[in-house]
Amino acid sequence: MVYKSLKTSIMGLVAGTSMIFGANAAIAGDWQPQKPITMVIMAGQGGGADRIARLFQSIIQKENLANMPILPVNKGGGSGAEALRFLKDQEGDAHTVMATLNSYYTTPLRNDIGVDIAEFNPLARMAMDTFVLWVNADSDIKTLDDYVAAVSAAGGNWKMGGTGTGQEDSLVTAMLEKEFGIKHTYVPFKGGGTVAKNLVGNHIDSTVNNPAEQMGFWKAGKVRPIVAFTPDRLDVFPDVPTAKELGHEIVYWMQRSFVAPKGMPTAAVDYYTELFEKLAATEEWQTYAKEKALVADMITGSELQDYFLDERAKHKQILASSE
Amino acid sequence: MDLLTLLSDGFATSLSPFNLMIVILGVTAGLFIGAMPGLGSVNGVAIVLPLTFIVPPASAIILLAAIYYGAMYGGAISSILLGIPGASTAVATTFDGRPMAQKGEAALALIAAAFASFVGGTVAVILFTLFAVPLADVALAFGPAEEFALVLLAFTTFVGLGGDDILKTIIMICLGLVLSTVGLDLISGQPRLIFGDLPGFYSGVSFLVLAIGVYGIGEVLYTIETSKSNPTVSNAKITFKDVISGLKTMRRYTKTMSLGSFLGFFVGMLPAAGATPASLMAYGLAKQTSKKPETFGKGNIEGVVAPETANNAASTGSLLPMLTLGIPGSPTTALLLGGMVMWGLMPGPMLFIDQPDFVWGLISSLYTANVAAVLINIALIPLFVWALRMPFSVLCAIVLVLCIVGGFAPNQKMHDVWLIVVFGFAGYFLRKADYPLAPLVLALVLGPLMEKSFRQTLIAEQGNIFAFIERPLSATFIFLSLLFFIWPIVGLLRKSKQEHPHFSSKRPNFSRQNS
Repeated sequence: MVYKSLKTSIMGLVAGTSMIFGANAAIAGDWQPQKPITMVIMAGQGGGADRIARLFQSIIQKENLANMPILPVNKGGGSGAEALRFLKDQEGDAHTVMATLNSYYTTPLRNDIGVDIAEFNPLARMAMDTFVLWVNADSDIKTLDDYVAAVSAAGGNWKMGGTGTGQEDSLVTAMLEKEFGIKHTYVPFKGGGTVAKNLVGNHIDSTVNNPAEQMGFWKAGKVRPIVAFTPDRLDVFPDVPTAKELGHEIVYWMQRSFVAPKGMPTAAVDYYTELFEKLAATEEWQTYAKEKALVADMITGSELQDYFLDERAKHKQILASSE
Repeated sequence: MDLLTLLSDGFATSLSPFNLMIVILGVTAGLFIGAMPGLGSVNGVAIVLPLTFIVPPASAIILLAAIYYGAMYGGAISSILLGIPGASTAVATTFDGRPMAQKGEAALALIAAAFASFVGGTVAVILFTLFAVPLADVALAFGPAEEFALVLLAFTTFVGLGGDDILKTIIMICLGLVLSTVGLDLISGQPRLIFGDLPGFYSGVSFLVLAIGVYGIGEVLYTIETSKSNPTVSNAKITFKDVISGLKTMRRYTKTMSLGSFLGFFVGMLPAAGATPASLMAYGLAKQTSKKPETFGKGNIEGVVAPETANNAASTGSLLPMLTLGIPGSPTTALLLGGMVMWGLMPGPMLFIDQPDFVWGLISSLYTANVAAVLINIALIPLFVWALRMPFSVLCAIVLVLCIVGGFAPNQKMHDVWLIVVFGFAGYFLRKADYPLAPLVLALVLGPLMEKSFRQTLIAEQGNIFAFIERPLSATFIFLSLLFFIWPIVGLLRKSKQEHPHFSSKRPNFSRQNS
């Protein structure tokens, strides 16, 4: 009886698996993945990068865009250094892709971890993410002026939570400090999700999280957006002013891209590029981007590599001026 | 009453014949995945996630929950039979589970583990059903300072783990903490202790590699040496009557199980902690409240019951922050979160309001999965025990293969396999010299958590060390950990006074060993 049910269940599993794997993907081309594809995420669980990577995993499987499953792996240690180093070690591997953040350029600039991003294969930039200044909904702060006054009054004890030191959140914080001549105590956490939780729990006083990371709590009325660091107001927060319109030139983007290791076969690079192009066209992705205030502006190939190198040069200056 | 209506609607879905079949399938697959060292609920859920698209979403949730539970039950099996914890949550189960198996009580240990898991899981699901929404606020109250205090509390349970030799325990904790600092520092991003520039060490020393090395390889080496004259085959027979009488004895451990369930649920609910500290704290607590603490570590059944109740309760508890806050407490819940995003659900504060059907369907499937898991587990115990009757020469080779494959599979790096070999030999010599291995492995698991929260608190509080005792929650935990630290020492001192002749007769023994 036991053995029989065991046998049936194994047969069931095998049948189910072959249904998935057998159903052929719709992508043309001579190269197909031979085993599950590892999707390395440069940040911890629950953050913006993590959410996008897991959304893509789900769309790829739901729409049957690939013949193999995608396995997301978080390697958020050391501001993404862990992930970068891992990708370097996967040289020539055709089954690893990485979801990047801006720490893709800032981390190798800040520390010598033996990684040159020019060596990696760019696949696709899916979107540009935005930054918003958030406080707990219980706080009295309603405007940017209130915020600056409160931080100044705290005399350096104002706790700004964010991702790892030297990553995007800390750069936006540094820009705020420079513009207004204020000082924060910057507390690094492992990912935007943890930062969001700590803001709601009042363990930190403010964050510059991406809208996607804070959306759930915002809808529940637990947090308040103060100002957006974008050129124009965001569609989802029509009442939240931009720093720019208040006369402060603070605009910062987070790119959401995918890259592959050095030496990945060209056929595989083409395969993944095409995969991401198909992804970009799906309705789920378009809806997600709109709801989470992402700018879905796709570029691929050498254009993306130029963008990376250009951004690296820009960040070199930002880092030099902020440290 | 609203609650009951919602829950019964959930049950209507989860008890349909098709979904029941899915539960049985999922639990069985989960059990085997969990029983393999190196594979855990993470792998199980990851493998099955794509399958969830060929069934309706409600059945998909049920399948994932069934695998999750099955793997949690399965983790205890390799801990008891082979002495290799399949996941960090099952480390505490080896302390007494393995000695029981060596005494020929493997079947009883497995029954106890299965039943305790059932009780822990069920109590936790009931707590979850009743208090999920208000408890989310408790999870929010936990900042870095509270996290640190909680991990410190988990550390104090180590004091009792290493037996009477506190010095050796402390040495092993320190060694584990040193290993836990290997890799990239979270706060500054600088690599630490990477032995020159070995890239393999950038991601640190993983728990799995160390546990497989010292427990798996180390144990095999030790057994080869000790059994060369008379290769022992465990006397492992089991009949239906044994199962019934085993279940009957479980009644005696009501206190241990209720302690483990509540402790496990509350600790598991906190986003940072999870099931490993929960199972340890339950073990420590069971030992310290026991009338015969000296029998722990030598095959006391309560030493299996306590951690198994707690780790199952904790894995249910860890679903709470995932559902109510959108923050996964463990890698497995992160995958479940990914699954929910796939079905167009957004975990977070609004989920319980926007998607009550989904939430209650999931909760009711946890009840179903739990019942199915305990029944299937008990039904399969004869099969697991039968594995122990293999000749040692065969079993030993199988264990070695499992160790190497299990160590290689998660990251597919040869670096990890070499580390396993090194840790294996180190584990063998440490065991010969009578050093406890559990504190080493557990310090590696908890060390990074403790260091991170300690530094975050100090940064946030401008270096004010008193921040930890200025906040009521963390102050309570710190006070409790001091109490737990002092309690066994006081007990030891009192005992050594009373049994002075006993103590002095032990002494020459020690010095002979050391010289």
